[in-house]
Amino acid sequence: MPKLKVNDIEIEVDDGLTVLQACEKAGAEIPRFCYHEKLSIAGNCRMCLVEMEKSPKPIASCAMPAAEGMNIKTNTPFVEKARKGVMEFLLANHPLDCPVCDQGGECDLQDQSMFYGVDKSRFKENKRAVPEKHMGPLIKTQMTRCIHCTRCVRFATEVAGVSELGAIGRGEDMQITTYLEQSMQSELSANVIDLCPVGALTSKPYVFEARPWELKKTETVDVMDAVGSNVRVDTYDWEVKRVLPIINEDINEEWISDKTRYACDGLLNQRLDTPFIKYNGKFEKASWSEVFKIIKSKFENSSKDKVCGFVGDLTNMETGYIFKEFFDRTLNNNNYDSRSDNRFLDNSERENYIFNSSINGIEDTDLIFLIGANPRYEATILNARIRKAFVNNNTKVISLNDVGDLTYPYKNLDGQTQTIKNIFEGSEEISKEIIRAIKPMIIIGESLLKFNSAEYLFNLIKNFLKKNNKFTEDWNPLNILSCDAATVGNFDLGILNSEKNLLEELKSNKFEIVFLVGQDNLEFNKKDEFIIYQGSHGDKGAEIADIILPGSAYTEQDGYFTNLEGKIQKAYKASYPPGEAKEDWLIINELAEVMNNRKLFNDKEELESSMFNYLKLKQEKQTYKNKEKINFKFQNEKLNIQLKDYYFSNVIARSSKTMIECNNSKLNIKSTGTEG
Amino acid sequence: MSLRRPAKNQPESFEFSPSSMEEANKIVLKYPEGKQQSAVMALLYIAQKQNDNWIPLAAMKYIAKFLDMPYIKVYEVATFYTMYNLSPVGKYFVQVCTTTPCMIRGANKLVEACKEKISDKENELSNDKSCSWMEVECLGACVNAPMMQINDNYYEDLDKEKTIEIFDKILKGEDPKPGSYRGRLNTEPENNRKTLMDIKNA
Repeated sequence: MPKLKVNDIEIEVDDGLTVLQACEKAGAEIPRFCYHEKLSIAGNCRMCLVEMEKSPKPIASCAMPAAEGMNIKTNTPFVEKARKGVMEFLLANHPLDCPVCDQGGECDLQDQSMFYGVDKSRFKENKRAVPEKHMGPLIKTQMTRCIHCTRCVRFATEVAGVSELGAIGRGEDMQITTYLEQSMQSELSANVIDLCPVGALTSKPYVFEARPWELKKTETVDVMDAVGSNVRVDTYDWEVKRVLPIINEDINEEWISDKTRYACDGLLNQRLDTPFIKYNGKFEKASWSEVFKIIKSKFENSSKDKVCGFVGDLTNMETGYIFKEFFDRTLNNNNYDSRSDNRFLDNSERENYIFNSSINGIEDTDLIFLIGANPRYEATILNARIRKAFVNNNTKVISLNDVGDLTYPYKNLDGQTQTIKNIFEGSEEISKEIIRAIKPMIIIGESLLKFNSAEYLFNLIKNFLKKNNKFTEDWNPLNILSCDAATVGNFDLGILNSEKNLLEELKSNKFEIVFLVGQDNLEFNKKDEFIIYQGSHGDKGAEIADIILPGSAYTEQDGYFTNLEGKIQKAYKASYPPGEAKEDWLIINELAEVMNNRKLFNDKEELESSMFNYLKLKQEKQTYKNKEKINFKFQNEKLNIQLKDYYFSNVIARSSKTMIECNNSKLNIKSTGTEG
Repeated sequence: MSLRRPAKNQPESFEFSPSSMEEANKIVLKYPEGKQQSAVMALLYIAQKQNDNWIPLAAMKYIAKFLDMPYIKVYEVATFYTMYNLSPVGKYFVQVCTTTPCMIRGANKLVEACKEKISDKENELSNDKSCSWMEVECLGACVNAPMMQINDNYYEDLDKEKTIEIFDKILKGEDPKPGSYRGRLNTEPENNRKTLMDIKNA
């Protein structure tokens, strides 16, 4: 614990911290371009120069370890002169194109030149001009603006795990580029836009859309995957202009996936903005009262067990809860489910469907075993965390399947369910490794849970871990990797039917009325069913519907989401629903009022408190039941990972033009075969 | 010095010849397990030697695979160092030193000879594509100035006529004798002088 003085303030800092971090601790702000907390230290921008006693030259504080007895000054004329000199060099070759630069208003160089910039340039020579580089459909480059901080290069190599960016040439001719200007093959690529302290790398879909000070900023959570990354949604009037990450060390650190960031243009396309009724195979506009009346008469004219309902993958918990209440209280039946496939679920304990070790736990684990999961596409941010664990702790990763490049090395097995059986019966080398590991993590993907022997294998794995005392006070090795934002929340709310197989009944056309709330992933052949679809986008669900109720997307209503580790987070309203569309909970509430002349809830607050009450009661009721009865159905199968198309995994992404471009750019790479 | 870009016309593939392979393996063995990437510079040089003094992209890819490292890392190294040629330079690669000592002793005459015999501009192939020349900084043979390097050999104590003679031989496909062209052995004093005291104002 070295003690040092910063501007005459004595502080004690942890071992291994740099002078820059010590200065921040003492409250002295240090300007910087190349230094970033989450990346390795480069020390090449020289903006963080400070004065150190007994050193004739200023020191780069980001690269100097804090040591005992240092006397640092950050506010002397000497320091200011040094930084001004650095700034002059940085600006020597930097174009003065702030008025046409997308970074303007949130540019580190612009901000810092307000303090350290010189008003006149002494550089009379020609400025350097660098040709634009192609970096794919998401990143717009204007490399003349680059100040060579190499943050993007370090991010690509260290965090994203794709060494595709690099600095070629040297001196004045140094240029940042991808190898032969191919697009970056990473689902985290667009984070380099946030990292770039100048306007060299900017967002291509957002080009010339808005200035940062014109935008309304709402901090909320993302629903593109089950991780629940914390994001900031920037809106201009109704339109969602862009999505940026905000820091949450427990979930997404500072990164978000490309899908989270760029699927937002899907919120503008294919929207349902007014109720529709299908007459003779054609949709016609209608009013809310008309559609409610029709729905009421339909419900009244069919027997209640002929009605079923499904909740989708992007619906918030309030909607899920009121949907459930609507069925329980208004319709008096429990034909509802949130699963769109026959996945196995033992709802008796919460640990059976969440990511128990937590995302932060990945950094403590010493062994990760992936079964039927491809975290790179199913939970990109979580995969980045596994990579971080691999880089820092050299964590061993084993995968049952060969799932391609995960950005870190792993050992892959043959992908047979028989192998899982052998391992968790204790007869393989890996069984011993799991037993030896202090904090092992077994990550089970949804693909495994869809298998016939899922129940058997799930219980086998759980019992094996229990038997070997891997469940401790502070560690739970069992992890389920959910793919969709609403999955865990819906299970918490008990939106499932464990008595009947609703999907099978739906497929055999047993129902007369099907109520879909944001559910577009059901595969069944429609016969005579009357289908009510409530949702935000005209997608597969709306196509087969007879009545469409226009709902809201996640940016247009307040709503809770529970992420895959069971953390409940609120998404805030950033914009409002288009046209006649309403918030989802309100639609069901009003429908209930039409049906029964009584609202389910008086207002949103009542709904929320009722929902939290339900969750609390459910939590308390949960006691560990030692289940004797296990389905011994087992058959050896080849476990294939069923991946949804990464860029088209939900309605919003499917409506997004940017996602189509991303998908095409990947296809091009594949078809030309230039990657290797 | 400007950014050196890879040539437009690139060969399809590249592979080490058996002798290069042997040399490369020897170098890789010098590094501890897991640190083989350190051999990248030496391997690039071997590839350059094998491929008529320049490195095609295919060779960079080949080396990246050989050492199990990302392509961009090899590309970075190859573009950083000026002694790696990224476009064809000819089988005979002439480097004329024009740093101060050589310049004072008449390096510009050598450059004239290059322009007459090889090509008007630096880094351009001669008519028969076998030869190109470029100016370089000090090659460390100032005692024998002016001088030039052709592939691995130094040609020293030159003047314009002697340089043209050398080029004539090269263009005919002969190998001229390296070393001093004023009859010196290595860097021995001229005129058989044994000590600094022998002759004044030499």
